[in-house]
Amino acid sequence: MADTILRENIDWSNSRALAHRRRRHAADRRLQISGIVAISIAVGLLGVLIVSLIGTGYKAFVQTMVTLEFPIDPELVDAESPADGNYRLIVKNAMHALFPDVEGTSNLKALNEVLTNNVQFMVRDAVVADPSLIGGAVTLTVPASDPFDQLNKGEIDRDTPEAQRRVKDQQIVWFDALDAQGRISLPFNWGLFFNADSRFPELAGLSGAIVGSFFALLVCFLISFPLGIAAAIYLEEFAPRNRWTDVIEVNINNLAAVPSIVFGLLGLAVFLGFFGLPRSAPLVGGMVLSLMTLPTMIIVTRAALKAVPPSIREGALGMGASKHQVVMHHVLPLAMPGILTGTIIGMAQALGETAPLLLIGMNAFLTSPPGGILDASTALPTQIFIWADSPERGFVARTSAGILVLLGFLMVMNAIAIFLRQRLERTW
Amino acid sequence: MAGYVVLLIIAMSLIAYFVGRSSGLKFERANARSTHSRPGYHGAFVAVWVGIPALVLVLLWTFLQGPIVDRLLIASLPDQMTVGASQAQLDLYLSEIQNVVAGRLFGEPTAEIVAAAERLERWNEIARWAMLVVVAAIMIIALPFARARLAPRFRARNNVERVMSALMIFCSLVAIVTTLGIVVSLLFESFRFFEKVPVTEFLFGTNWEPQIPMRDDQVAGLGAFGAVPVFTGTLLIALIAMLVATPIGLLTAVYLVEYADNRVRKIVKPIMEMLAGIPTVVYGFFAVLTVAPAVRDFGSGIGIAVSPNAALVAGGVMGIMIIPFISSLSDDAIKAVPSSMRDGSLAMGATRSETMIRVLLPAALPGIMGGILLAVSRAIGETMIVVMAAGLIATLTFDPLDSVTTVTVQIVTLLIGDTEFDNPKTLAAFALGLVLFIVTLALNVLALSIVRKYREKYE
Repeated sequence: MADTILRENIDWSNSRALAHRRRRHAADRRLQISGIVAISIAVGLLGVLIVSLIGTGYKAFVQTMVTLEFPIDPELVDAESPADGNYRLIVKNAMHALFPDVEGTSNLKALNEVLTNNVQFMVRDAVVADPSLIGGAVTLTVPASDPFDQLNKGEIDRDTPEAQRRVKDQQIVWFDALDAQGRISLPFNWGLFFNADSRFPELAGLSGAIVGSFFALLVCFLISFPLGIAAAIYLEEFAPRNRWTDVIEVNINNLAAVPSIVFGLLGLAVFLGFFGLPRSAPLVGGMVLSLMTLPTMIIVTRAALKAVPPSIREGALGMGASKHQVVMHHVLPLAMPGILTGTIIGMAQALGETAPLLLIGMNAFLTSPPGGILDASTALPTQIFIWADSPERGFVARTSAGILVLLGFLMVMNAIAIFLRQRLERTW
Repeated sequence: MAGYVVLLIIAMSLIAYFVGRSSGLKFERANARSTHSRPGYHGAFVAVWVGIPALVLVLLWTFLQGPIVDRLLIASLPDQMTVGASQAQLDLYLSEIQNVVAGRLFGEPTAEIVAAAERLERWNEIARWAMLVVVAAIMIIALPFARARLAPRFRARNNVERVMSALMIFCSLVAIVTTLGIVVSLLFESFRFFEKVPVTEFLFGTNWEPQIPMRDDQVAGLGAFGAVPVFTGTLLIALIAMLVATPIGLLTAVYLVEYADNRVRKIVKPIMEMLAGIPTVVYGFFAVLTVAPAVRDFGSGIGIAVSPNAALVAGGVMGIMIIPFISSLSDDAIKAVPSSMRDGSLAMGATRSETMIRVLLPAALPGIMGGILLAVSRAIGETMIVVMAAGLIATLTFDPLDSVTTVTVQIVTLLIGDTEFDNPKTLAAFALGLVLFIVTLALNVLALSIVRKYREKYE
């Protein structure tokens, strides 16, 4: 093959060739650098997102509390029916006793604004639980109201003019006096996890949302797990290749890409409108979520079944097992780790899904957690949406904290999935 | 009640299983060689015949009890209340009766309503007990019948396997039923909408003011349902999102495939998965909390007025959400190009960037295009980011600093807190949903067919 003979020695090191090569390598470096820039932007954006959430949210994990002694005046509380006492006045008197020189209704009202609105009910619950307190006194640690919580956390600047901040100068003096007496503390905010929703940021918590999300995910799991596995086994192991199974397959792939809000419309029109199931119920939420996760479940399960090598099937068939026995006794158990991993990832997706739950009314304002799958309830993402929409400033921190809790749950679920994958999955 | 009945069914099926299994064991002990099925299959056979008919009955009963009782209740109302009454009025009676039963009294209900409420309570009670009795009876009758069929030569296994196959086929049909449910419910409500508002006005009108008069004599707010500004708003935000996501996602994929070593890949891949796994409501809050103020401050810094709900904010944050989607699909597409093409190009002395730009990317273009189309469909259907960060008022503009609204925002705002589907305002949401479904479906079908064709080319 000497057809093409180099007629002359090409000087690959002349300046033109060198410049050309340099240009080409510069172009190569440019592409590489732009790739690095793109990745840095993506990573940086994730960093900004997480930092801004933590930066606004961490303060909601602690709560300013005020420790006070409430004298229970027997004239205000009837020992026969302790629940009906005038606890509003008891709280007022307790505050007044600390600052006896405060005069006038509006000043007294301003003084009481330091405490959260529901203190009277907390005192009432304490007295109802222990009626022997009547005539004595009870010492309680109660949340400070939202403006003072923020004052204590430094969110409200003391240097801004009085007209532009939510706490008056006089109230700051009172608050500082309470602080000087050692009555102000800043403990971990358990209320964020154990309280239900409230109009007052200092009392609002996620318990209703967590329970609601749990019920909805339970329903979603109970429907989509068996249904998804059965459908996947049929399509992967038994279905003949014909037009019908093609239709089902294309349909499942398309269903996986339908926007989630369309599933919300389906739930609204069919589950609520046609079947008349209760609005805002985790049952309906779970059913809608299960229809959404079903395609994912089927796709994941099929992949896990496909990963089981044919030699297992052939071996079992050769030993005289029926087709069903091959699948049930051999293929499915071997595919189970993969299926479980996929299921957890699907459930994590369902946990973060918001739009369809809004349409079926799981964004209601509810001050108690649901007792069952038919009670009205919120879910974690919808609770975040409600808080994000609330005008009170204290809800900004609550929203970020709620998001951090949600992301925490998602991370735990994904970590379990990764752990399962590494521990149980085999390569053949 | 239905829960207890299901528990009863489970308990009865377990009993049936052990009954069947014990006969199977007996056959096996008597003559193992001439027994066809293992004892477990005999048990499963009896359990299936006891459990499944009862379960189907319970499901049907729970779904049908409400509508049937309502029908009966309307029929039992005195004639002067029902004759000539509209459907809406009848529904009103029903909800009033149900409220009385639930103990929620508003004002003084009439005697007829109270009587009907008592009837409803009684009938519901009867229906609940009747379900329990009927289900129990079916199971008790089915048990001896199924058991009587057992014999040493009885094909219990084949029977059970047939039932299981049928169940599996039923499960795989659920996906079809879901699609049908979506199509039917959207079409049905949309038709009712188009009876009130002409299709042409909806599709080509440029004025979107979805209000309805609260009273008949109200002058203002007849409502206008021209959805063009809503569509353009959706497209504008999706376009911004794609302008953000496509270059970043594509370059990320290029770098990961061609330049990155395993160490970098091991770090970047999980970060991309994290971006993909963050719920959209989080992105929405991020847009409101951080991005919108930043964009506004930057705008006022260089002297441009930026709307608080600027399309740029919602679109940009949506773009962040879509980056991992584009990067992983492009990654797959580039990797699917046969390595012989890459090796050939490199062997000819091409640099890595020349190989990438002149060989790999052109070859992977159909796959990348498919991925981008899928991403567009996701951007159009994305809800929470735009609900939180985009505007509510439909303006016909392509200015990214102005506030626009989208199809999904309108669906959510029109439907939140509303349950009556009889006015154009709520029905409009279903018409928008229909458009959304058709557009995203078309994009998906197109994208999947492109991807499939391209895959066939290299396999």
